[in-house]
Amino acid sequence: MAMVDKKSSAGTETVVPKQTLAKRLDRIQMHIRREWQIYLMLVPTILWFIVFLYKPMYGLQIAFKDYSIFRGIAGSPWVGFEHFGTLFTNDQFIRAVKNTITISALNLIFAFPAPIILALMFNEVLNASYKRTAQTIVYLPHFISSVIIAGIVITAFSPTAGIVNTVMGWLGIDPIYFLTQPEWFRPIFVGTGIWQEAGFGSIVFLAAIAGVNPSLYESAVVDGANRWQMMWKITIPSILPTILIMLIIRIGNIMEVSFELVILLYQPATYETADVVNTWVYRQGLQSGQYDLAAAAGLFNAVVAFVLVMTANTLSRRFSRTSLW
Amino acid sequence: MMNWNLYSRGDKFFAIMVSILIGMFTVATLYPFIYIAAMSFSSGFAAQAGKVVLTPIDATLEAYGYILKDPQFWISYRNTFIYTIGGTVMSLLFIIPGAYALSRPQLYGRRTWNLFIAFTMWFNAGLIPFFLNMRDLGLLDSMFGIILAFAVNAFNLILLRNFFEAIPQSFEEAARMDGANDFQVLWKVFVPLSKPAIATITLFCIVSRWNGFFWAMVLLQSEDKIPLQVFLRHTISNLSDNDEFAILQTDAGFSAETVTAAIIVCSIIPVLIVYPFIQKYFEKGILLGGVKE
Repeated sequence: MAMVDKKSSAGTETVVPKQTLAKRLDRIQMHIRREWQIYLMLVPTILWFIVFLYKPMYGLQIAFKDYSIFRGIAGSPWVGFEHFGTLFTNDQFIRAVKNTITISALNLIFAFPAPIILALMFNEVLNASYKRTAQTIVYLPHFISSVIIAGIVITAFSPTAGIVNTVMGWLGIDPIYFLTQPEWFRPIFVGTGIWQEAGFGSIVFLAAIAGVNPSLYESAVVDGANRWQMMWKITIPSILPTILIMLIIRIGNIMEVSFELVILLYQPATYETADVVNTWVYRQGLQSGQYDLAAAAGLFNAVVAFVLVMTANTLSRRFSRTSLW
Repeated sequence: MMNWNLYSRGDKFFAIMVSILIGMFTVATLYPFIYIAAMSFSSGFAAQAGKVVLTPIDATLEAYGYILKDPQFWISYRNTFIYTIGGTVMSLLFIIPGAYALSRPQLYGRRTWNLFIAFTMWFNAGLIPFFLNMRDLGLLDSMFGIILAFAVNAFNLILLRNFFEAIPQSFEEAARMDGANDFQVLWKVFVPLSKPAIATITLFCIVSRWNGFFWAMVLLQSEDKIPLQVFLRHTISNLSDNDEFAILQTDAGFSAETVTAAIIVCSIIPVLIVYPFIQKYFEKGILLGGVKE
């Protein structure tokens, strides 16, 4: 029934390309009257998006205003790009931008290859139950909250009680209060990320490996190749498209450092290396109440992220299309 | 292909080395949990002296006693259950009908609606406008506000829409013959056929609600509304720089570390209980999610 209707309406469209507005509205009205149930199901979701995601975009205008709570978003006077001027002369903000990029770059170098290596290794494990057990365990930290992760890190790196300093003590190394040392923040943060996400991240690559044509391995066996050679000559080239797409996505998300974990792990002593854009926005806006300036910083972050993500999307789409064969 | 007997000596060596490395990574993943569990059952003195390595030292339940006596622990535990159950139900109430509507070929402006939703994955107004919006809506310090404001997630919606789109039309046609309307088609045809996808989304919702911290910390002020994660955070930061507690604990058998560890154990246990169910679905779920937009 629905199919027939669609065909006939498409037909009239080709015959009469320019409908009058009244006619068109009439047609929409009839369509809605017939398919009202679908629209009834759609409306709550659309309203939710408008109220919780699009309305804040309207509120973004305070980045260009001298916002006061009493005057409200619409009533506050415009100040143009003044806040952006303030931002780019603010050392703390510039430091936060640099830290965001540095931490993302470290993640790209150290955390990005980890799940790929792990997936390649899982692929070489023959004992199915051993493999299954190991996978079950390494996927687990992904489902643990950042508060708990931070709690574990804080306990383990504590100067007196922590296991890290205990082990260092055995080796005769003086205790270090890791979480107050700026130079230790990034290694701990990136390391924690690897511990938490490498296992879970390997799933995507394992799926790609599972999709490799088995006959490739069979003919390699006939040719006398060993497992190491097969990994380099068959497995890795086969999953290269997946690796590249994941890499592009990661680059697209460079402005997105998991700031929840930063908030939980940093302290004034380590702001120097730990403070990222979103944590700065959080302190300036939500803690100090400089909503307009913080919103401007947030907007800057969002625009850069948007450009990066769109570029990444275009690249990956182009890449995945051409990489089909 | 993978036959041990066909392996050369070099291959066998390689396979064994890899298995050992995997084993080491697995142990390294597991160890922090064992360490925390051991810490939670140790005495405060042993913990503070850095004696806890693998097993509880001077085993005691003092830390648990301290936590379980705190009424705030039970209040926040209860709240987390409310947020998790309420939030997950709310998510499904939006997402299932929404995904169905978006998957219908006859939906007017379907491409526009889909773009409207996908756009929010690429551009986000940010913390401050979101917060001010919640304040303007009167949803600060509101349990309902938390449940509603995080109900929908574009990723889950698109994941389920893709799943619905892949359902062959013949299933639906049979129901239509019997005179089913859209609500009946959704409920009697699409939902039963999409159990794996719905289970995946449900579990993702449960986990993210259980773990939700940042916005609960920002939006909720009343102690009787905070979830477990915020309580845990408060406890950790209070314990580590609270002199009063330091004096209190010298007489007691617990310390900041053992109490922190005990709360961590208490809040991980429910995750461990649902984890086997999650695991059954999430591998599929991730791969479904890979088919974007």
